[in-house]
Amino acid sequence: MATSEEQDWKRARGPFAAVFTAPALWLLAFFVVPLAIVWAYSFGETTTPTTIEISGTFRHYVRAFDPVYLEIFLKSAWMAALTTALCLVVGFPVALAITFAPERAKAWLLLLIMLPFWTNLLIRTYALMAVLRREGYVNAGIGRIAEALGWQFDPLPLLHNNFAVVLGLVYVNLPFLVLPLYAALDRLDRSLLEASLDLGAGHLRTIREIVVPLAMPGILSGLLITFIPALGSYLTPDLLGGPDSQMIANVIERQFKRANDWPFGAALSFILMYLTFILIAGQTVLAGRRRRREP
Amino acid sequence: MAEKALIRIEGVTKRFGQFAAVDDVTLDIAEGEFFALLGPSGCGKTTLLRMIAGLEVPSEGRILIDGEDMAGVPPNRRPVNMVFQSYAVFPHMSVADNVAYGLRMEGVPKAERADRVAEALALVKLDGLEARRPDQLSGGQRQRVALARALVKRPRVLLLDEPLSALDAKLREQMRFELAQIQDEVGVTFVMVTHDQDEALALATRCAVMNRGLLQQVATPDDLYEYPASRFVADFIGSVNLFEGELAVDEPGHAMVTCPTLAAPIYVDHGVTGGTGTTVWAAIRPEKIEMLHRPEGGLPPTVAGVPAGSNVVAGIIRHIAYLGSETVYEVDAEGGARVKVLRPNVARYEERGFDWDEPVWLAWHPRSPAVLLS
Repeated sequence: MATSEEQDWKRARGPFAAVFTAPALWLLAFFVVPLAIVWAYSFGETTTPTTIEISGTFRHYVRAFDPVYLEIFLKSAWMAALTTALCLVVGFPVALAITFAPERAKAWLLLLIMLPFWTNLLIRTYALMAVLRREGYVNAGIGRIAEALGWQFDPLPLLHNNFAVVLGLVYVNLPFLVLPLYAALDRLDRSLLEASLDLGAGHLRTIREIVVPLAMPGILSGLLITFIPALGSYLTPDLLGGPDSQMIANVIERQFKRANDWPFGAALSFILMYLTFILIAGQTVLAGRRRRREP
Repeated sequence: MAEKALIRIEGVTKRFGQFAAVDDVTLDIAEGEFFALLGPSGCGKTTLLRMIAGLEVPSEGRILIDGEDMAGVPPNRRPVNMVFQSYAVFPHMSVADNVAYGLRMEGVPKAERADRVAEALALVKLDGLEARRPDQLSGGQRQRVALARALVKRPRVLLLDEPLSALDAKLREQMRFELAQIQDEVGVTFVMVTHDQDEALALATRCAVMNRGLLQQVATPDDLYEYPASRFVADFIGSVNLFEGELAVDEPGHAMVTCPTLAAPIYVDHGVTGGTGTTVWAAIRPEKIEMLHRPEGGLPPTVAGVPAGSNVVAGIIRHIAYLGSETVYEVDAEGGARVKVLRPNVARYEERGFDWDEPVWLAWHPRSPAVLLS
């Protein structure tokens, strides 16, 4: 057993340095430095198509609050919120079902939830396009049935609109919500649920009165973990969306590529990142307050 | 049993896969009883309790409460409430909200709810702690919350799953006393699961002893102790000396057991249903064996009412365990058996006490041994 003295990094500097140096350098080279460069760009001017002069201007940040971009920010937040809400509606019963599944089935069910993670996002998105497009599986399937019944059927516009984006985002982000939700529900003391049943509550009331309040920290962190990647989604709106469903990440991409306005793209990126920080900070404060109340 | 059965358990079996946790148990529990389900861990007692509560479904058999078959009745519709082993006090609710929970689910109006919660909290002596949260309570207080929360529902039966096991020894003794008092006060039928024989003997009006899913014996605490039905019960309840032997004499008025490990035969003043030659076990409680000094060349003491030479055996003290109120002696008896003898420490200093390696006589009354056939 390691004593507390051995575990104290201030005293055991040698081992600490051996373990810490490599990841610290990695983070510095591939995360902190690039981020700092982008951050610096956001205060610069494009002087020629290939050079940026860091002039210290706040122009790009001011421009980001132009109604055109503000609207896209708001729209992104709305799409991400809708996605998160739908994920919760779909994911809560799924997480609950896994929690109460027989022990042997649990591992398999969790594997099913995680399986999509191991498939490339691009491939999954193209597969979704094959399902949703005008001659896709959904329309073809309904068309076949309509034909058999002798009904007139016009293919539904399922792809290249906001509906397709939200559907795609829910599909991609669902595991992000199910896993923390499952972790929170699985931790619940079963005897609390049994006590609730024993005291006269039905299953739905037990969920409302006992399960949800006790799993709330897990639910909140699940919501945040789903909302943040949904907010910064790029590929899904790009491929599934229509002309009016671009999200903020698509705008950022355009600044770096077609518009060749790196400083503005950098400013937008950092605003997105600050938003994320604020959300995480808010959640941390809430969780801390809750922990202090119920140690 | 004269009273009418409040809970009737008929041929109930519970299987988990191939394993029968509860095996064909039939049992009646009367109104107003303090009934204990007693047995070692894994004997099926908790499973049986959970089936009464409706938290487990019997594989076979049926459970009737108040004459009504409980098959298909969910736990929230049964006239029973449970005190869980972990207490299962809701951590996100105050003491008062915990106790009011069951009434709220029932739809009891707010004013009546407040009255009944106050009454229940007074019963368990928690008045004044209404606003506390569970994490501000001690283990004993949390248990009182669980008790009040169940009793406030005015159940026909209160189920208690190892109610005292999580408390420390001093508190356990106090709570044991209080549980009995509360039961007396509310008059509700209590069914308690415990692995602690002292707890069962002290509290219960009747006990069911279980082992490996099977019901071993149902009796009052003193009958369980004095008239165990099997070696398992004799050994599980209290401490016992078991001598395996053969039934040498079996008359209506008396019987004699000869044991290879005991130099003297064991004479009992009642008949045994077995017939001579059957293998039996004589069970003698340590406190029912008398120990006498054995001076060099001294004659054995005579035991009244038994044939000469029986119920007396020579031995040597091999181990002494001083327990304060009593002392347990382990004696190597002639024949080879190691016999436990318990003597209360009546005086603070005994003039002629017993010492290690001292030769002694062991003697017992013909009514002391219980002759067991299984």
